Amino acid sequence: MTPLKERLVQLEVLRYNPDTDTEAHFQRYEVMCQEEWVVLDALNKIKADIDPTLNYRWSCHMAVCGSCGMMINGEPKLSCHAFLRSYEGVIRVEPLAHFPIERDLVTAPDDFMEKLKRVKPYVIPKEEKPISEGEYKQTPAQLMKFRQYSMCINCMLCYAACPQYGLTPSFIGPAALTLAHRYNLDSRDGGRKERMEVVATKEGVWECTFVGACSEVCPAHVDPASALQQLKIVGSIDWIVEHLIPGGKS
Amino acid sequence: MAKSHKPVVWFPFAAGGTVIAFCIPVIVLLTFLAALGHVPAGLSYEKLHAFAAGGIGKLVLFGVIALSAWSSAHRLRCTCYDFGLRADTLVATVLYVAAIVGSIAAALFLLRI
Repeated sequence: MTPLKERLVQLEVLRYNPDTDTEAHFQRYEVMCQEEWVVLDALNKIKADIDPTLNYRWSCHMAVCGSCGMMINGEPKLSCHAFLRSYEGVIRVEPLAHFPIERDLVTAPDDFMEKLKRVKPYVIPKEEKPISEGEYKQTPAQLMKFRQYSMCINCMLCYAACPQYGLTPSFIGPAALTLAHRYNLDSRDGGRKERMEVVATKEGVWECTFVGACSEVCPAHVDPASALQQLKIVGSIDWIVEHLIPGGKS
Repeated sequence: MAKSHKPVVWFPFAAGGTVIAFCIPVIVLLTFLAALGHVPAGLSYEKLHAFAAGGIGKLVLFGVIALSAWSSAHRLRCTCYDFGLRADTLVATVLYVAAIVGSIAAALFLLRI
């Protein structure tokens, strides 16, 4: 068996300790890594062998949990999905853009969590029925209408990529709006009207200018940009019904 | 927060975007061909003039020009916003007025044919 190739990797990591630092600063690490490792492996090696004070979030190491999002060379990425072999020279690792830094690479996701709640990302049944009447059934065709938009792992890379969210923090943003669309499209759901009160506002879908960066960085191929454009069509048709058709405003 | 009235400007923008996607590349190609002296027989000056002289021709040309102008104005407004130019009301007013003036001019020119 041939030995695994190794490579000396240089990482420049943003450090911030709220107890001692007045502002964040970069710290350079040199760490011997195997060729097929990802950035998260390099960070784990640093934490284990060089600097146990380094803080970052991670859990599954397989692009499923959405915990390890960071800016890698200025691009929002899951660090478990960013292969070292894709980078040359010093790799710059920073916390996700547009979120307040809690410590080192750990950001505070509170703003996203609050927005997620506002769009009611759960099935609001058209009509409640007792458990004795069985499940709310759905055909495969009905499932396919929203399946893609249900693959979101809440990693927040789309928020870090979205220039509108960076400039207008009140913007509800790509992932939360996409999830609103996902439940609007669900055949079992009757909550579209409630959600559109939040979605069809200036802070909602109308703050989006269709830059499309959200879809480029999404590790789950959800394509939030397409969901938001579809929401704009839905919102526009609602507007016509409410304003131009007599008796349309309920 | 109340629902937004953005659909008023967004619907013509979306329609204009579709028109631009379909028509403008063809128009650019035909203009290039004409500039190089290769005018397809069916698109000669006389034929196009006759098309623009008819009611339906005027309507089609006005639709393409006005929707494209509106769509471009809105796109430029969004681009300004993306680049952090936050005087949105001023930018929107200037660009939409330009699109409306362009559309009125197109209508006047078409009516004179």
